[in-house]
Amino acid sequence: MTEITTEKARIGAPSAQPFIDGFTEEGENLSPVNTGTNTSTTSELAPSAGPLAGASAKSHSHGGGVGIPDSSRAGRLTSYKLADFKPLTGLEEDWRFTPLKRLRGLHNEVLSGSAPSVAVTAPEGIVVETVGRDDVRIGSAAIPEDRVSANAWENFTEATVITVPAELQLDGEVSVLLTGTSTEASAQHIVIVAGRFSKSRIVLDHQGSAIVSENVEILVEDGAELTVISLQEWNDDAVHASSQQAKLGRDAKFKHIVVSLGGDVVRMTPSTRFTAPGAEAEMFGLYFADAGQHLEQRLFVDHAVANCKSRVLYKGALQGRNAHTVWVGDVLIRKEAEGTDSYEANRNLVLTDGARADSVPNLEIETGLIEGAGHASATGRFDDEHLFYLMARGIPEDVARRLVVRGFLNEIIQQIKVPALEERLTEAVERELAASDN
Amino acid sequence: MSTLEIKDLHVSIETEQGTKEILKGVSLTIKTGETHAIMGPNGSGKSTLASTIAGHPRYNVTRGTITLDGEDVLAMSVDQRARAGVFLAMQYPVEVPGVTMTNFLRTAKTAIDGEAPALRTWTKDVKAAMQQLRIDADFAQRNVNEGFSGGEKKRVEILQLELFKPKFAVLDETDSGLDVDALKVVSEGVNRAHATGNMGTLLITHYTRILRYIKPDFVHVFVDGQVVEEGGPELADRLEEEGYDRYATGAGAATIAAAAAAQA
Repeated sequence: MTEITTEKARIGAPSAQPFIDGFTEEGENLSPVNTGTNTSTTSELAPSAGPLAGASAKSHSHGGGVGIPDSSRAGRLTSYKLADFKPLTGLEEDWRFTPLKRLRGLHNEVLSGSAPSVAVTAPEGIVVETVGRDDVRIGSAAIPEDRVSANAWENFTEATVITVPAELQLDGEVSVLLTGTSTEASAQHIVIVAGRFSKSRIVLDHQGSAIVSENVEILVEDGAELTVISLQEWNDDAVHASSQQAKLGRDAKFKHIVVSLGGDVVRMTPSTRFTAPGAEAEMFGLYFADAGQHLEQRLFVDHAVANCKSRVLYKGALQGRNAHTVWVGDVLIRKEAEGTDSYEANRNLVLTDGARADSVPNLEIETGLIEGAGHASATGRFDDEHLFYLMARGIPEDVARRLVVRGFLNEIIQQIKVPALEERLTEAVERELAASDN
Repeated sequence: MSTLEIKDLHVSIETEQGTKEILKGVSLTIKTGETHAIMGPNGSGKSTLASTIAGHPRYNVTRGTITLDGEDVLAMSVDQRARAGVFLAMQYPVEVPGVTMTNFLRTAKTAIDGEAPALRTWTKDVKAAMQQLRIDADFAQRNVNEGFSGGEKKRVEILQLELFKPKFAVLDETDSGLDVDALKVVSEGVNRAHATGNMGTLLITHYTRILRYIKPDFVHVFVDGQVVEEGGPELADRLEEEGYDRYATGAGAATIAAAAAAQA
């Protein structure tokens, strides 16, 4: 096991080196742009800074083919306009691991297919609305940070807005069932507003087959406490990109849990932006990749103001040939964010040969006046010695494997705090494991 | 009364330089209630014998037999051997990610006994055994061997020995790396398990130190993959005074010299 622990520097930030020798980037290999002789990317429009990017937005260039253009997460292009994002080549820092060929058009087609249906089951008091593009709440918490997200923003026709009124203390949870039935590239938009001093839990449950780019805006107002759980239990053929951006008010508490099990390609990009002091964010994730599956998670925690706290823990298991997981965690502690307390960690467990886990914890710190900032990443193998140890205690091989994986992933599952859901996911993990027994 | 019988055991491993024979015809018979000490210099094959009995896949048996009350142990898988009553206290216990001690102990006990232990008495038994071995209660919630010191790992091995109640315990250099206090605690654990009268013990050690706390009935001296001398506890005393040097003749000479050089 290799481990990077609590280093308080910009370790892992993209370097000026082109690429590590012999280290191939999947996106680079698979990108159609790179397969032929045509490597020209000169025809794109000039980028523009979006409203949420603020003064830190800077000029941006792609496609030079050498090095990685951005050296700071603060400089990433954000825009509501698709045209502001250049076509993807697979060389971009934030797309270099993604198999573009398997995105089924999410990055380069008009997303006109029918989006997964939305069925909301909510306790009394919760307001659920279906609104058009002109609703004032659209754009209140999020702005696309990549082309696929911007493509969805440009193409969605209606959005679901879920509002937890101020001071409402919710028992139980709001269940949002998103069922995909179409395999045409589509766009989805969801807005979640947790009113001042409210307390609630919302489950986004993704099922079925879909090719969908989804934007989820999450507004956590002052003093509100919100948990959002996003489950990806898609069918094997689904392709899902989901930008889930949360904006936190003063003293807000936000907990975000991502569980990705199904789908062919699933790319989650959750982010938390602190806009006022005293807020706390916890971001958890669990992913289990089988043979051929690509599960990617790219997080961003933006400590833009003082005295906020963030904790990130993602755990992944991989089994089977060409199971591929990617975890990139960006934490940015800006100059203004004195008193920040932050820690992010990723753990991967590789169960078989032929799987690949990429893990990149990036930590940028622009002020020394912080409580703490740390990051850690460890990718371990469940290997023959572990197996021997457990079997030498009488435990049969299949039980030994289950024991290890269940224990490893349970740390995330138990964060959900919805017993029925925890049980369902535990069973789902068991099924994933059983699939490897044959 | 059970018998673990090893006859003319030849074991080899695959190395980059090709196949290497490590055990060259070992015969041993251990009965319930007996304690056998196997002593020898580094590289003499002591640990290979231990791992082979437990069924580690790295070791290939090329000739000979191991039987437990007449049953062919070599035909059993690793977990079957454990369930048949063979326990190996490992020299280097591995850290197992994601599995708490509590969960691990209960799962193993259930596998060995063929049924889940009664929850109330089991919890009590585990607590008591941990206390006797001076293992902190919070270890129960930690992952198996994760972050444990060398001494803690060895105590946890003996904890399992006491809880799983095997017919035969193979202790692979359990004493190495232990300070005197830990050595006493661990030895007491082995003696408690032995005192039940239902266990035979194969104690593998490089040093005579542990034999002050655990009294062997038989001592076998291992050199270059073979037993070169056998005797009672008095043989251990002699080894304490003279070391392994006097075996440094003939086939074993090179090994002894190498071991001595490594220690110098």
